[in-house]
Amino acid sequence: MSEHHNHEMHGYYTGDIHNQFVPEHYDPKNRSVIWKTFWILLFITIGEVAIAFTSLSKELLMVIFIVLTIVKAYFIVAFFMHLKHEKLSLAYCILLPFILIVYLIAMSLTEANYLNVWDLIFK
Amino acid sequence: MAAEATLNNENSNSKAWGGGVSPFGISWGKMMMWFFLVSDAFTFSSLIIAYGAFRHRHAQVWPTANDVFTHFPFVHDHLPLAYVGLMTFILIMSSVTMVLAVDAGHRRDNRSVAIWMGLTIIGGFMFVGSQAWEWYNFITGTPKGALITNMGEFYRFPENAPSLHEGGHAHTAIPDWALISPDHKVISDKAEVERIKSISKPIKGANLVNNEYGHPLFADFFFFITGFHGFHVFSGVVINLIIFFNVLSGVYSRRGHYEHIEKTGLYWHFVDLVWVFVFTFFYLV
Repeated sequence: MSEHHNHEMHGYYTGDIHNQFVPEHYDPKNRSVIWKTFWILLFITIGEVAIAFTSLSKELLMVIFIVLTIVKAYFIVAFFMHLKHEKLSLAYCILLPFILIVYLIAMSLTEANYLNVWDLIFK
Repeated sequence: MAAEATLNNENSNSKAWGGGVSPFGISWGKMMMWFFLVSDAFTFSSLIIAYGAFRHRHAQVWPTANDVFTHFPFVHDHLPLAYVGLMTFILIMSSVTMVLAVDAGHRRDNRSVAIWMGLTIIGGFMFVGSQAWEWYNFITGTPKGALITNMGEFYRFPENAPSLHEGGHAHTAIPDWALISPDHKVISDKAEVERIKSISKPIKGANLVNNEYGHPLFADFFFFITGFHGFHVFSGVVINLIIFFNVLSGVYSRRGHYEHIEKTGLYWHFVDLVWVFVFTFFYLV
């Protein structure tokens, strides 16, 4: 064991060949955060199913559903996967690559819409 | 190897990226799990984007999910979204039990970890079973089926298109002998119905080639994406089972930390995360 690690810090050694020291901060409030996140996810899902049967326009519903899906994804990643409490450098490494996904969505849907219009005109 | 290790230990109090300490402040195992999940998320994103692209490509003839997934166990009414809503609830619930197991691991409470892991596994099995039931109903199809013309177009019977009755499209009642065209229009002209019937053969259920509910690509994407997701859930359950038996035999209480619970937990939450997107893009929009 390397003795010169800071012993005031809580944590553990992984115990494998790397025997890396992993800092650990346990917060007793965690459990109430978990249950709050659960209720938020549940209410959003029930709300989604409920508004699916209202007479709102299809386009408006689609926008609402996609926004709510991203909200749910935020709560799962931030609190269940604990990313909100990880270092910012790690969060950037994980989240920034998804800029490419936004680009892929824009590209694919543009192409698909174009082919769809092509069908309508020439078929 | 030994020399390297010594070197790393000597440098451990130097700058964050100098080696010896984790610049991210997490274990290497958790970091690699995160990077695996990023790559897996890219795979799922590509699949769902491909689904979206083909759906836009065939927007006029794409099936309405509320006409396809309307079953609920022991109930004979058309109940769109009810069963998949229940499946979503089961998966969110098992995500909660998983994160409570991780929390118990931070407290080094072996007994609680075992209980929460056990509940997570039960939730996982319930979800996989629900998905099998959903597939069974989709593959079996409706009692009456649909018609496929020799041009490969699918014409449905009014009773199999409940969304047309509810959505206010048809203010007058749709006659029993009418047909629903691929682009969701009612064909009630008797001669036209007879003409379509004369060039059609009956078809029942969905598979990779035919789909009585509409465009076959809908079935292809449904089977591939929910199948790929279900495979993830199943492998998650297997991994959870292995961890569960390790917890029971005291592997982690002897080791002094429960990092394995955190890693398998990350994977399990990711599976839940993917389902949130599948639920939206297959069932809601």
